[in-house]
Amino acid sequence: MVDLSINCGGIKSPNPFWLASAPPTNSAYQVCKAFEAGWGGAVWKTIGEPVMNVFNRYGAVDYNGQKILGLNNIELISDRPIETNLKEISETKKLWPDRAVIASLMVESKRETWQDIVKRTIDTGCDGIELNYGCPHGMSERGMGAAVGQVPEYCAMITEWVTEVSTIPVLVKLTPNVGDIRFPGRAAKKGKANGISLINTINTIMGVNLDTLELQPSVDGKGGHGGYAGPAVKPIALNMVSQIAIDPEIKLPISAMGGVSTWRDAAEFILLGATSVQVCTAVMHYGFRIIDDMVEGLTNWMEEKGYRSLDDIRGKSLKCIADFGNLNLLYKTTARIDESKCIQCNLCYIACEDSAHQCIDINPKEKRNNGNTLMINQPKIRENDCVGCQLCFIVCPVEGCISMVRTDDGSVAMTWNELMKQLPQPVTWEALRQFQHKHGIEIH
Amino acid sequence: MKNIAPKLSPQDYEDNFAELHPAFMPNSAVAEANRCLYCFDSPCMKACPTHIDISTFIKKIATGNLKGSAKTILESNWIALTCAKACPVDVLCEGACVYNEQGEEPILIGRLQRFAMDRYFEQGMPPLFTPAPKNGKSVGIIGSGPAGLACSAELALMGYDVIIYEAKEKAGGLDTWGIAPYKMTQRDSLNEVKLVESLGVTIKTKTRVGKEISIDEMEKKHDAIFVGVGLASPTRLGIPGENLEGVVDALDFIDDVTTRKWKSIDVGKWIAVIGAGNTAIDAATEAKRLGAEQVYMVYRRSEKEMPAYEFEFELAKNDGVQFLFQTAPKRIIGKKHVEALECIRMKLGAPDKDGRKKPVPVPRSEFKLPVDMVIKSVGQNIEDSFLSQIPNLKTKNGMVVVDQQTYQTTNPKYFAGGDCINGGKEVVNAAYDGKRAAHGIDRFFFSK
Repeated sequence: MVDLSINCGGIKSPNPFWLASAPPTNSAYQVCKAFEAGWGGAVWKTIGEPVMNVFNRYGAVDYNGQKILGLNNIELISDRPIETNLKEISETKKLWPDRAVIASLMVESKRETWQDIVKRTIDTGCDGIELNYGCPHGMSERGMGAAVGQVPEYCAMITEWVTEVSTIPVLVKLTPNVGDIRFPGRAAKKGKANGISLINTINTIMGVNLDTLELQPSVDGKGGHGGYAGPAVKPIALNMVSQIAIDPEIKLPISAMGGVSTWRDAAEFILLGATSVQVCTAVMHYGFRIIDDMVEGLTNWMEEKGYRSLDDIRGKSLKCIADFGNLNLLYKTTARIDESKCIQCNLCYIACEDSAHQCIDINPKEKRNNGNTLMINQPKIRENDCVGCQLCFIVCPVEGCISMVRTDDGSVAMTWNELMKQLPQPVTWEALRQFQHKHGIEIH
Repeated sequence: MKNIAPKLSPQDYEDNFAELHPAFMPNSAVAEANRCLYCFDSPCMKACPTHIDISTFIKKIATGNLKGSAKTILESNWIALTCAKACPVDVLCEGACVYNEQGEEPILIGRLQRFAMDRYFEQGMPPLFTPAPKNGKSVGIIGSGPAGLACSAELALMGYDVIIYEAKEKAGGLDTWGIAPYKMTQRDSLNEVKLVESLGVTIKTKTRVGKEISIDEMEKKHDAIFVGVGLASPTRLGIPGENLEGVVDALDFIDDVTTRKWKSIDVGKWIAVIGAGNTAIDAATEAKRLGAEQVYMVYRRSEKEMPAYEFEFELAKNDGVQFLFQTAPKRIIGKKHVEALECIRMKLGAPDKDGRKKPVPVPRSEFKLPVDMVIKSVGQNIEDSFLSQIPNLKTKNGMVVVDQQTYQTTNPKYFAGGDCINGGKEVVNAAYDGKRAAHGIDRFFFSK
């Protein structure tokens, strides 16, 4: 049996899937419905200062006919009073004692205000608090959200105010709209946070309508940047999560989010160090029901691979992260086309020809087409010239048609950092060429 | 006719003649366009007789550049809407789509081409090409079918004065008069005619060359002449009873149906269609859809030798047409009207000169089909009497002999293309011939 339960900085839940603090966790009705569907936890939609929303809050990027590659919003924190939210949090927790109910908070940057709302939140019986230092729009202009998250000193200071009085775990949610995510992460550590949530949404303008010339979404002709999320941001989130996970100064549990749509995404985040994963955009697209496949898919995968708990896989891929200077320069590959699978679309040819190293030839070949004979072109790789860049492998639409085949025998390895210790400094082109030549690497 | 099939309700007619392949909704067109891999030097382009840059026009649909998409299509093929609707795409572009190699559905190229062309015509044909300055040469075009139209459009762009002479009251040739209404409408073909006219081409309808204008006059008036007359008189069956009332030629019948005046077209209750080419299938299917109770297709050879495309055969079968293979008509029986068709069973003997097994009658296997109407579709003859008026024009097996590169005939002033040089192929072949012939004409005048 696979055990999916987690403990994220003191917050326990039966599975790692939490709803992120966002529109799906706006009310007790929604959160209870989500728990009914099987979600392990929910971070309540941020509660705090009085706000009022506008209409047309969302914008999306569709790609090649697929809807919502990315979703952006200019919705603010909860537009319902603090009392209403706290009452519903309390009721929900009573109904669902085994699930993680986390309150997300954002108030003005005053010690008393923060400490007051933290105390009132603890009274609800919820499992933890998430500090929203991330919202990039609306609240940041009022000195909250990302305005805090972007300044490590504020981040540390407010976290400290909260942890001074909190009797329950405190997670700090980071904004990705910074130069180096580790600095606010370290500030959270300094403020004695129990864990870190990331990433919040990314500053974006979604597009310009080519008929009206207005931004999308448009609020009576005006618009501005909003917070971007969804499948498109996942690679950015994976990088930032891994940076927090490997930073020796931080060492805190991570609740990861940013484009988690399926169990596969979740598994990747966990492999890069996450304890819980939070989901929003995928639910906004398809509803709470996606949890069924998330739990089942993750369980099946773990069973097949022989993992028994999430502790077995957490951070398992972090050891593969290396700086460029530590990559093996003598690991050599070539692309190889399986002609029995090739459909002669020649996308590999044109990609290599125009954008890589001109090492694919196309040769005329006869093809039968319902009784007619066509002369088509068959691509072929000149392996001696191939630099193994992998572009053809990436553009090929047929699974298993182009593969990257290792051509060195693995007997020698050399990283840039090692090489620089060997070669006279500053390194010259001539010295580098000699090294390449010695190892059969010719750059045309 | 002895028994005329009862007329249908207006709704039944509309349902029966609704489009087989309806237009894409804009979002589904974009979704389908995005499915296209945008192959480089794509097999579909090579399989198209006019070599339309298919993946490029599809990419332009995906980006919403529909005008550019139409331009890409028209650069290769002036008869693009008709081809989009009437081409046998299964054996041409779509048959060559790389998705077939993966066992996936090919891109619906015909329907996407139609999407781009429909939009272009809906927007009133915004100009896409600028004709070159007039070069002082004049070309007369005989026949306004796809070959003639394509030749004219191309010549007009190169600066020629072009006049098309068309015997019928509407231009477009078989595109207008010969394509089943569930594939396309006359309006589609007439839109293409208008497009050619918009390039400065003059079309004189109801002007039969040799009647309203003589060959001599044409030769005086024009520096070169393009012959795009197609095929004309249907081949006779050469059996007794061929002149009885109720015996009709398939093309005349289809011609009536393209007018879409369903109610005024009488069809027999029971019908025999003789032949099994694509035209025969059209006639049989249309007759069935007009209300005929029973339609037989009578064909001398077996299913394997049948010239009709697979999808046409399926269409007819689904419409309930009954196929009598290895059956030949012997005589048509009746006093004034057709009352029956006497047939004889055939068996397949040794291969003939085309390599097809020659059908031979099975003795004493005659039987009678009680029918009210016989539709003949056993091929067309070239318009020999007309072609023989042109001096030094050589023909072979009824087809005009042309140079494969220049489309010049044995009379240097004359060029030819379309069915009259190939004996009857697809619209797309005619469109290509016409275009190539235009360049042949241009080389004739201006190459050193």
